[in-house]
Amino acid sequence: MLLSNISLGDAGLVAGLGYAVVFFGLVLLMLVVLLVGKCFTASEKRKPVAEPVPAESVQAPAPKEAPGTAGELKLYNVDPKTAAMLMAITANKLQKPINELRFVSIKEVTE
Amino acid sequence: MEILYENLLKFQWQDIVMILLGCLLIFLAIKKEMEPSLLLPMGLGTILVNIPGSTALLGPINELYNAGIANELFPLLLFIGIGAMIDFGPLLTNPKLMLFGAAAQFGIFFTLCMASMFFGDIDAASIAIIGAADGPTSIAVANTLGSSKVGAITVAAYSYMALVPIIQPPVIKALTTKKERMIRMPYEQRSVSKTTRIMFPIIITVVASAIVPDATALIGFLMFGNLIRECGVLDSLSDTAQNVLANLITIFLGISVARNMTAAQFLQPDTLLIMGLGLVAFIVDTAGGVLFAKLLNVFSKKKINPMIGAAGISAFPMSGRIVHKMGLAEDPQNHLLMHSIGVNVSGQIASVIAGGIILSMFG
Repeated sequence: MLLSNISLGDAGLVAGLGYAVVFFGLVLLMLVVLLVGKCFTASEKRKPVAEPVPAESVQAPAPKEAPGTAGELKLYNVDPKTAAMLMAITANKLQKPINELRFVSIKEVTE
Repeated sequence: MEILYENLLKFQWQDIVMILLGCLLIFLAIKKEMEPSLLLPMGLGTILVNIPGSTALLGPINELYNAGIANELFPLLLFIGIGAMIDFGPLLTNPKLMLFGAAAQFGIFFTLCMASMFFGDIDAASIAIIGAADGPTSIAVANTLGSSKVGAITVAAYSYMALVPIIQPPVIKALTTKKERMIRMPYEQRSVSKTTRIMFPIIITVVASAIVPDATALIGFLMFGNLIRECGVLDSLSDTAQNVLANLITIFLGISVARNMTAAQFLQPDTLLIMGLGLVAFIVDTAGGVLFAKLLNVFSKKKINPMIGAAGISAFPMSGRIVHKMGLAEDPQNHLLMHSIGVNVSGQIASVIAGGIILSMFG
């Protein structure tokens, strides 16, 4: 036994010392945990990261242009309303949905 | 015919008082839900050992006491369960919270001074450890030191742990302004890697044991439980430690601690004094944590809500929740839970270290 019956003064001294040791212990633990945490963070940063994939390949493939005429059809002496009507008739005759057909140009032939 | 009432005549008023005390403990456990898992077995144990001519005292209770408490085994085994229950994540996110755990052990050392005015060094040190707000630590330290007041110390420790929701709020309110209680502390969510979680219990065991060798068993078993939890490959053991082991040991601990609840040992003026000193320890612990946080606020740009300092008294997880609730009461948007639980688990570590220091000084 280090101490037998103690006076108030001695008890105060022991208490102060004990409290200081608790603080010291917890501060040391805190520093060790912080240090270890930093080491792990650093090692995780050093880990080879997978090669960045080119942006093009990351992008989802652009949807195929609907095989149709939008924006591509060239009209020669035909108004859009007549062109739309002609395309609809063609699709109907071919028994195909209009968006599966590709119209390149519509030209009015005059004799 | 005489054989029927012969033993009844041996009852003395002290025995009756202790049996009533046992009933009171059972009442508090059931009706008030005050640490029922411990107070209920302890209450029944108190009744058993105070019946004149009881074979329980010298028989199974004595055997259990010698097998599990006199040699510190039960508190240590219970620590495995407690370690498995604790998530140190909030503390690992912000290790600086450990300082509050240390600050809130002030009650232990203050009470040591107070108790030294009334008791010898062994009993004073054992009474002081009530301030650890941690039942197993109190029992382990008081027993290892060979205190004659183990029964009263255990009752005080567990009673005040159950009364934390009543003891802490007035102390916190008395020491803080409304403005301080409304300080918001945004929680920075950081992921803690599995490796860090596994390394933590090992590091704590090595460092804490190196500083305070007398705390090796306490801290080692606590961290063993935590390692089982965090390793990720022993889920069934972790579950067993948290539930089956902890419950089983609590049953044995409660009933065998009652060995020290005999009228001769308990019904003394000292018991009231111990209860009073225990209360002082809890109050000063709370004050120590709060005042430390206020002190840090003087120097820190990033203000800390001083209430979280109070959670450093251990009493896991009740103390952390109380601080969180108090924060919400002042400002419904102020969520302090992660900070207060972080401080709370650091208090658990600090109280074990403090117990080891008391053991090394007085053991």
